[in-house]
This record gives sequence, C-alpha cells and structure tokens, in this order.
Amino acid sequence: MSLDVHAQIDRGNFELDVSLDVAAGEVLAVLGPNGSGKSTLLRAIAGLLALDGGRIALDGELLDDPTANIFVQPEQRSVGMVFQDYLLFPHLDAVENVAFGLRARGTSKAVARAGAEEWLERFGLRELRSSRPGELSGGQAQRVALARALISEPRVLLLDEPLAALDAGARTDVRRDLRRYLANFGGARVLVTHDPIDAYALADRVAVVEHGRVVQVGTLAAVTAHPRSRFVADMLGVNLVSGIVTGQVLETADGAHIVVTDAQPGPSFAAIRPQAITIARDPSSSSARNSWPCVVGDIDRLGERVRVTLHGQLPMIAEVTVGAVELLGLRQGESVVASVKATDIRTYPV
Amino acid sequence: MIVRRGRTQQTPLPVPAVILAVVAILFFALPFAGLLWRTPWGSLVDVLGQRSVHQALWLSVRTSLMATAISVVFGVPLAWLLATVTFPGRGFVRALCLLSVVLPPVVGGVALFFSFGRRGLFGQFLDQWFGFRLPFTTWGVVVAQTFVAMPFLVITVEAALRQLDPRFGDAARTLGASRWYAFRRVTVPAIRPALVAGAVLAWARALGEFGATITFAGNFPGTTQTMPLATYLALETNPTEALILSLIMIVVSFAVLVGLRDRWFGAARQALQQ
Repeated sequence: MSLDVHAQIDRGNFELDVSLDVAAGEVLAVLGPNGSGKSTLLRAIAGLLALDGGRIALDGELLDDPTANIFVQPEQRSVGMVFQDYLLFPHLDAVENVAFGLRARGTSKAVARAGAEEWLERFGLRELRSSRPGELSGGQAQRVALARALISEPRVLLLDEPLAALDAGARTDVRRDLRRYLANFGGARVLVTHDPIDAYALADRVAVVEHGRVVQVGTLAAVTAHPRSRFVADMLGVNLVSGIVTGQVLETADGAHIVVTDAQPGPSFAAIRPQAITIARDPSSSSARNSWPCVVGDIDRLGERVRVTLHGQLPMIAEVTVGAVELLGLRQGESVVASVKATDIRTYPV
Repeated sequence: MIVRRGRTQQTPLPVPAVILAVVAILFFALPFAGLLWRTPWGSLVDVLGQRSVHQALWLSVRTSLMATAISVVFGVPLAWLLATVTFPGRGFVRALCLLSVVLPPVVGGVALFFSFGRRGLFGQFLDQWFGFRLPFTTWGVVVAQTFVAMPFLVITVEAALRQLDPRFGDAARTLGASRWYAFRRVTVPAIRPALVAGAVLAWARALGEFGATITFAGNFPGTTQTMPLATYLALETNPTEALILSLIMIVVSFAVLVGLRDRWFGAARQALQQ
C-alpha cells in the first residue's frame, strides 16, 4: 500500500513539479514556506485540482493521469483531508459533521450517527457531540475534523497546516494529541507545514519544498544533519533533543543535562538553533549556562556559513562562520567545547 | 449644577436632515392614515363575506405561493450558475434574467403575450402540441408573477453564494459527497437566511403584481382576478370594497413582515457577522 505522486501543475505565474511517495503507515511532512506550493500539492492529491502533467497513484490504482485521460473525482478517492481551518460545517453539530462522510456515501442516518458517536468517543469528545463548530476550541475543532476525515477509513490522510490556526498556547497540547491520534491510523499520511517542529513531532520523513520543487527528501535525522542547500538548512536547521524536565534541567536518555528556562516538568523536546551554539577550544567563563565537551565531525560549508557536526554525549549541529572555523582551525576529530545560553533553548512538552 | 439628560452628550443633529427624514416618514404613514380613516368598519363583515372577495384572496394566495415556489426551484440553481460558474456572456445572461426588475410590468406582460400567447412565438406550439394555453388562465397569472418575482430571489441568493467560502464544498467532496449532495447539504443550508429573504421578497412582489398579470392573464373573476386587480376594479364601481381589499393586503403583508422579522432579519444579521 502506498501513495505515489508526481504532480505537475502550471498556474501561469507558478509551476509545481513534485515527486513523492508515501508508504502505508508512514507520515511524510512536506515542509516549506508559505507560497511554496504545499497546499496546491495536497489539493491535487485530494482531487480538488487536476494535474497538468505527471500522475497520482494509490496502491497502483491511478487517481489522476492527464496523458491517460484518467481523473478520479475527489468523492471517489479514498483520501481524507483535514483543512487548515478545519472547515467544519457551521450548520451541523459535531455528530452530524463526523457523520457527514457516511451519510454522503449513502449510509442510513441512524447507522451514520452511531458510527460518528463512536469516533467522537474515541477522540474524547463525547460530551461535545451536540456542540456547533462555533462552540468548540481550536483543538476540539481539529479533533472533530480529524474524526470526520477518518470515519470513512480512507487509505490516505492529508493534513494541511494542522496547527497553524491555533494560538501558541494551545499548539503544544494539540500537537501531542494529534501525534497520538495519528499513530492509530494505518494509512499513508501527508502533513503540510511551515514549522519544522511539527515535522519533528509528527513525521517519519520530510520533503522540503521550495518554489514548487522538492529540494531535499529523507528521514529527519538525515536531512537535518546534511542539508543540501542554504534553504533547507534554514528551514530544518534545528537541533532537537528529547528528555525529561525536572525543575530547570532537561535530562536526556544518555544522561546529559541541559539547563532550560520556562519548561513544563515531564517529557519534553528542547529545540536549539545551530546558530545559537558557540564553539570554543577551552571551557571559559561565560554567561552561557550550558557547555559540554564534544568531538568535531563533518564540516559542511554552505556559502559563508559552516555547519559543524559535533559528536559526544549531546550530539549537535552548530553553525558558525567560515572566519570562525579558520580562526579556531577546526578539523575533524578534534576536541572542542560547545555552549549555548539557556534562554536560546525552546522547549516543547512531548 | 449639572443637568443630566439621560444620555451622554451628543453632537446636535443636523436640523434640515431631520426635517426631510420626518417628511419621508409622514409620506409613508399618511396614506395608511387616509385608508384607515375612510374604512367603513361597519360594512367590514359584509364585504369580507362576499364570494368575489374570497375568490380574489384565495387566488392571490395560491398564485403568489406557486410563483414563489417556482422562483426558488429555478432561481436557486440560476443564482448558483451566475455566482460560481464562469462562462462567456455571463454578464449579459445576468442582465437578461434581472431585466424584469427595472422593466415596467406592463411591458413584461406585453412581452409574455407575444411569446407565450396563443399566437406567440412559443405559445402557438404549446397550443398546437399540448392544447395548453397560458393567457387568460390561472397558470398565466403564475407565469406573469414568476416573471417579475424571480429576479428578487436570484439577486439575493447570488450575493450570498458569492460570499460563501467555496472550500466548504471542497471539504464536502473530500468526505465523499457528490457535487449535488454537497450543494444540497452544505451550500443551501449555508445560504438559508438569504434564501428566506429572497423568497419573501419574491413572494411580496408576486402578491402585489398587477401590470404584467392584467396584460397577459386578463381580469376574470375566479381565474385571473387577483387581489390587486380586484382592488383596482372595485375602486371604480364600489370604493368601499376597494378600501377593505386594500386593508386585507396591508394586514397580510404586515403580518408576514412582523412574523419573519426575527427569523429573517436575525438570521441575515448573523450571516453577515460570521
């Protein structure tokens, strides 16, 4: 089971040409800035937009192929979609919204309602079943939208910027819930986002899109460690460390300690931008609360900047200038000290 | 000492505008006063009991509701077409469909007569092939009323459809809904306030229709003589009856306006705020 996409869309001033494949049970994050063509890609997979070239196939069955003159209508595709602002039908309550997909496919009202109640229950929304979309919080609306998309058991689930419509406070909780609910879905999942944190938290692989083209695709670890362009480095260039926060300290599984600020206790991610890491020859007195010994690995030059892979108890990617590398005379295999200010570390509860 | 005026200090109202507005209010109020003043309340029951009055009232109710129903059935898809489908000559088609709003109703009646009349361009075939004649029949009344009433529904519904986020339809289709199912279950409920408002406007226009009806359908008691026609004719022969017929129409119209006030205006306001 897999989704196989080669989407070519020409909209005059904008050209999309993207190839992707997603296996069943896999989450692919399509990461790119606004206007890079991510949402257009999702609309094409859903069948809301016809391809100009290329093809889309699901488990070997063609959904869209302009050369063969094949176009399967969106309602005939086994593709569910969660829209950025959820688009719950305002005149229907939560149960009716979730039941919509079954009703549209001809299931009787009673059976569809019973199915919808079951899905709402599964998503912890039982007491909200009679609520109208206007009465739901962002996170609740998203879960209703997710239940609505999943009730007809699609083979592919598309999520368009699932966290962008939420305020920063709600985003953390919703991201955690979303991860849990997505894990129970067996089909292929494609997630579109402009936030690398979403990709880290939710996806197995990432495809970075720029100006309608995939510029790099691979596992998160591989793409983060070796971005092949300045753009990808900026887009995905975040060191992510997971561990458990107690007080002001995050402890990793390997036993490394990182001092953080404003973190909630419990399992957490810490995101550290490579640009925030400084490299020194010796441990010296500085205001940075975190410093740790490491060994220099790969040194990749990207224009005026250099990405330095640091091995050790706390593996990191640091980004420094060419001048700094020359000044320190950095070479592979040498021991250095890396440091970062606690205030430069963002934390996210898992 | 500070004199409180009950409300916070306001800038003085521009006197000329207030005077003109009051004149306008009187202009609307005085005709009703005149009508009520001359109404022969004593003979009210007598006139209401007349068969001709019953006939005209019943005919008006039937035909105007029929015209409203036809306007909804054909007008909503027409509004949808004009609002969402781009096709060459759309502006021209819209102008054509809305022409009867600005056209003198008598001209509309004449046009109907020469197209759907017995000798008309299309009417002759209706007569020859089906033996079906529109002019001077109750169906003729319905056609005349629909002709002038439907544009009000189309304008209102089209405006609502234009404001509707088309992505709700997209969402419905990704959930397995055909275009038609999405239209019925998602689009129509979303525009319901506008649909109700448009239907009421169309109904009011159909109820008051005079010129096109008398030109195309004539003036036969029981078949084509609606309330406005009966009122106009009664004014020449029996002014008392004309007064009472007018009163009935005012009461009916006013009752509908008041009855729908919350449902209609309230819903429309909600729709605008969303």
